[in-house]
Order: sequence, then structure tokens, then C-alpha cells
Amino acid sequence: MSSSFWKPTRRSFLAGSAALGAAGLVGSRPASAAVDWKRFAGTTLEVNLVKSPRGDTVIKYLAEFEALTGIKVNAEATPEQQQRQKATIELSSGKPSFDVIHLSYHVQKRQFEKGGWLADISGFLKDPTLTDPSLTESDFAEAGLTFAKDKDGKLRSLPFSVDYWIVYWNKELFEKKGLAYPKTFDEMAAAAEALTDKSTNTYGFVARGLKNANVPVWTTLMLGYGATPLGPDGKLRTTSDEAVEAAKLYQRLMTKSAPAGISGFNWAESQSAFLQGKVGMWLDGVGFAPPLEDPQKSRVVGKVGYGVMPKGPKAQAAATTGDGIGVTAGSQKKEAAYLFCQWVISKEMGARLLQAGAGVPFRQSILADAEVRKGVTMPSAWVDAVAASGKVSQLALPVIIPVTEFRDIYGVGLTNMIGGADPATELKTATAQFEPVLAKSEG
Amino acid sequence: MASVSIETARTETANKRSKPNRLAPNYWPFVVPALIVIGAVIVFPWVFTLWMSVNSWTLGQEQTFAGLDNYIRLATDFRFWESLWHTLIFTVLAVVAPLFLGTLAALIFDAQFPLRGFLRGVFVMPMMATPVAIALVWTMMFHPQLGVLNYLLSLVGIGPQEWIYNRYSVIPSLVLVETWQWTPLIMLIVLGGLASLPREPYESAEIDGANAWQKFRYLTLPMIAPFLMIGVIIRAIDAIKSFDIIYAMTQGGPGTASETINIYLYNTAFSYYDIGYGSAMAVVFFVIIVALSLVLMMVRARTNWSDMETR
Repeated sequence: MSSSFWKPTRRSFLAGSAALGAAGLVGSRPASAAVDWKRFAGTTLEVNLVKSPRGDTVIKYLAEFEALTGIKVNAEATPEQQQRQKATIELSSGKPSFDVIHLSYHVQKRQFEKGGWLADISGFLKDPTLTDPSLTESDFAEAGLTFAKDKDGKLRSLPFSVDYWIVYWNKELFEKKGLAYPKTFDEMAAAAEALTDKSTNTYGFVARGLKNANVPVWTTLMLGYGATPLGPDGKLRTTSDEAVEAAKLYQRLMTKSAPAGISGFNWAESQSAFLQGKVGMWLDGVGFAPPLEDPQKSRVVGKVGYGVMPKGPKAQAAATTGDGIGVTAGSQKKEAAYLFCQWVISKEMGARLLQAGAGVPFRQSILADAEVRKGVTMPSAWVDAVAASGKVSQLALPVIIPVTEFRDIYGVGLTNMIGGADPATELKTATAQFEPVLAKSEG
Repeated sequence: MASVSIETARTETANKRSKPNRLAPNYWPFVVPALIVIGAVIVFPWVFTLWMSVNSWTLGQEQTFAGLDNYIRLATDFRFWESLWHTLIFTVLAVVAPLFLGTLAALIFDAQFPLRGFLRGVFVMPMMATPVAIALVWTMMFHPQLGVLNYLLSLVGIGPQEWIYNRYSVIPSLVLVETWQWTPLIMLIVLGGLASLPREPYESAEIDGANAWQKFRYLTLPMIAPFLMIGVIIRAIDAIKSFDIIYAMTQGGPGTASETINIYLYNTAFSYYDIGYGSAMAVVFFVIIVALSLVLMMVRARTNWSDMETR
């Protein structure tokens, strides 16, 4: 092989990728004339991924990265909960067994920052020998950069995939009742109740009722009331009028319009219920859409509307969570690991993610690319909902270390509300329980 | 005289043989590997757990000595006491139900009838299945809208139940799964016991005119009591440490309605990364298990009929 082949120009690289059977894929290659992708050939990287459509996409195309760089990648993908535990235990030991880590920003951001577990890659991003010129900070959606940067403004990871909370709605059920997609929270609650007919097992609304998983539903509603769980002063606002109103709405939706047993529903049970065609609306992340349009799994193919979160009394907000990919501070192969992260969020990988409905890239240039959008297998309404949600995006969960305790403690309160408990009292109890945990974590 | 001295010498030799010096240095090489293994896998983890329980240590943060703070926190932690109560309820139900049904099944399978061997084989199949796989299947069956159980109930005119999706029915539903899986174990133990029972007492009872219930109550039950006790011990140990089925089916929910100590301990240590507090919980749980084991062993000693015979 000639050395020019292994130091690809855009043209030679495109030719190479065509030879790899990737000619049908849209978008430009991540390589540029300046980036020496073969610089770390022979290196072996250990990669820790979350078992999810995002992680699966990375693993599916891993051979392309190895061919491009000559870097051997040992990738491990474990389910979310287990991956988080493994990552935390290994990273806190100071000697993790992996160089690259796939993280959930909405749960792990603050924990990773306080532990100092991720390498500062600000310098790498500015280094033209390591970074493709098309990859710039300004290309990331604002939420992505908020997630990826620490409080000192240092870039600690690359924003990978964003998830907006949207309302999936069954157009057929709405039409039967002569209803239109709700524009406000009040309309949403009224529509949910109008659609509910227990004698035919039809319900107007479904969302997570299971402890822990249910908290983003409540915080999503809270955003519409113009509040976040944590104020700018770092104090909890979970007993505020806005928080209580959001909890009351949650209680109303989940008791009057949701199927029996909703307090045990996570996203999977909610999705199953919606797939049966007997549920009017389902509030959850945009990434759960693909099975709805799969005739093998769904009875609502072609009948699903994808709606941006209706307006609350004070704001319209799409609650946002996201994944990132970063280089561990303990890695001895940081530059090679960075190349891998860059490939993961490259334009072509982002296009694949979007086109399969497996995730939504944080990079604006991918979403805006007409060619990429043409290849999207999901209905255009889904893409529109993604784009519109991006404009009203707000973080779904507070950026704190004990996110899991936050979700567990308030989650129990929300479950109790479904059982009939008073929202204000439950929030007061949960806040009294969580305040010391939060204080200790930042102390 | 000569014969007497020979006898004495023989007795001394026999005594020496029967009471070897166990601390003789030449035995140590055989003991050391076992000591190392026990030290590494039992003693060290326990000492380390005890040490962690008196420290305040959350992963990613500084570790500081906390004395008995974690134990004091446990005493005032409502969630801990609630989980202890759930553990107790779950354990009692998950022992009693299989014990009753397993004994009944054993009495049935002890009788002679066609296809007995085949049916017995079918009956023990749940025991061979993987708990997490069982949990996933039952979760689907329990689904309030899509589950087969509510469909079956509807066929006999009973309305839909919420099973594991309701805080009041979640523990009985989990016990149902445990019972389904572990009744065969009790059946096998009791069946073994029934096979070993002597015929003579039954013949005497028949001559005395005892009916079937009297024979069961006054002969079978006392004689299989030691076997039932073994079943109770195995089930109790298994139920109190049950984790997989509960975690896979409810993760302790709805809310904390099915959160046992194991689940709370796991969440504390591996979801909240509060290793110190989780260790204190593990120590207390260990003490509870040891206490329970002692009680069960005492009860077992009382039900042992070979001991009763020698009294």
C-alpha cells in the first residue's frame, strides 16, 4: 500500500469508502487532507458503550473505523443501568479498563465532572491535525454544548445524540372524536379525557408511572409552567407553585385518562400500550419512534402523529436528554480515543443514526442537510417534530450528582400521587428527603 | 503378666492413633491453602465491609471516617424499615405457600396412578428455568391490558387485576411466581421423605380403624416433619435473599411497595454509590440472617425424629 493511500485526501478517501461499499451513504467523509487518520495505526482502544440503538449503530460500522485508522477497537456494549454502574466503579478507581466512554449527560454529567473522569479535549478540537474542519463547536445544538462543557468551559466530551420529549398521538382516535392535536396543556388534558372510554379499553394518555422513570414526565410538565427543579442559585424549587401545578397535571392525566396499572409502566409498557392502537397520546422521548412504524410490531403504522410538546401556561418546552462520548482522563491513548469519538459523531454516522430513527445527532449540519433528510425512514412529521423541538429545547433533569436519588425519591412521590396522594404533600416530603442528599453531594 | 503388659501397650497405641496431635507442625501445609481461601473470600470481604460501614464513602467523593453514623441513619430511615417489613412478608409467604402446595403435590405423586413419572417430570420443570427469564415471561403475563392472566380471569367473569402494577397486589403476585417455581422443590424433598417412611405404623393404624385424615395427621405429618423443616430452611434462605425475580419484575416498585432489603441495599450501593451506607445495611442484614438461621436450626433439632428416638 502506498503511503498516500493511508494518508487519504478527500478524493482518495471517498474512493476508498466506495470500495468498502459505503458509496450509497450520504454526507461527506469525516477525513480531511489535514487529519492523519492513520497516525495511531496499530493502537488498540477499549470502548465502553451503552447497549442502545446508538451503541448498536457504532458497533455495526466499527469495521469502517478500523479500516480508516488501522486502530483496533474492542467495544463492549451493556444495558444502560449496568453500564452506568460499571463506568462509575471503574472510573472512581482511577484506572478504568476503557479509553472511551459513552455517557448519559442527563444522569452522569455532574458526577463525571466532579470526579474529573473525562479528559479535556478542547485542545484536540482546535488541532487541525486531529479534527476535521467541518467539526466546530458552533455546529452543535446549544443543549449539546451545555452538556459537553464543564463549568470552566472546557470541552469534556463530544455531544453524540439528543432526545427530545414529544407527544406521539393516534390520529385515527383523534379523528373519531373530532379532536385536533392539543396546543396547550389544558387542551391536552381535556383531549385525554375525551378520548378515554374504559368500556372499550381506550385511554387518552399514557406515560411513565414507574418510580424513577416517571420523573422526566413531571419535569417536562414543570418546564411548561416556567420552572426547573433546580433554581440558578442551586436551590430546589420542587415545592414551588409551578412544581405543584405540574404534579397536579401529572396526577390528573395519569388517574383520569391512563390505563390501569400505570404506576408500574416504564417507557416499554407505555410503548406497548400505544402500539395496540388503544391509546390517544403517549409522552416520551423521540428516540422510541421506530417500532411505531414497523408493521411487524405496530397496529398504528401510518396513523401516528408526532407532536411538539404543547404550550404550558408560561412556556413551551421540549425536555431534552442526551448522550455524549468522551475520552477517559486515565487513558494513555487520548488522541487515538479522540479520533474514535470524532468518527462516532461524524456526519455519516450521524446521518445513519437519524435515517434509522436510532437517534438525533446534536450536529445541526446533519439535521439541515437535505440529502440526509431524504434518506430518513421515519415519516416527515417525525423529522419536523425533531426540528421544532430543537427550537424549544430545555434540559429535562437538573445537572446534579445524585440524579438517581432525585429520580427515585420524587418518583416514589409521583407514584403515590397516582394512588391518590396529595401532590403538594408528596413534593414536600420528597424535598425534605432529598435536600440533605443534594447538600452532601456538593459538599 | 506378659499378656497384661502387651494389652496395656496395645491400648496405649490405640489411644495414640485415635487422638493424634492435630497441631503437629507437619499438618500445617495441608491447612494453609484452606486458610488462605477462607481468608480471601470470606474473612477479608467481611472485615472490609465492616470497615466501609463505619466510613462515609460515596464513589467519586472523599472517604471519611463516620463512626456509627451509618447505623444511626439506618435506625431512622423509614425506607429501610419499610424494606425490612417487605422482606419479612415476602419471606413468610414465599415459604408457607410452596410448603403447603409442595406437600400436597408430594402426597398426590406418592400415590400410584398412570403417567405418574411423566407428570412428576413436568411438575419439576419450573425449578430448572432461569429466574430472570421466568420474571420476564411472568411480567408479560401480568400486564393489565395485554397479559394472559387477565384474559383467563375474564373467561370466568372476574374483572382485570393490576397484579405487579399495584402497590397492594405486588407482593402476593411476586410470591405467586416464587411459589410456581419452588413448589416442586418442596415436593421432591417431601416425596423423598414419604418414600422412606416405614409401613408398620400404618398397618397398626388401619387395624385400630384410623381414617385417611387421622393417618396423615398423626402418622405422616409427624414423620415427615424433619423433611418439611429442611424444606423450610432451604426456602427461607432462598426467599430472604431473593433478588433476581423482584428486580427484573418490579425493581422494588410500584414506588417502594415491593422493595426488600436486598433491592434497597443494591440501589444504595450501586445506583446511589453510597458504599458506606450500603455496607452498614449489609452488616445489619447479615446479623438478621444469622439470627434467623440459628432459630431455624434450633427448630430443626426439635423436629429430628432420630434424636427423639434416642431420648
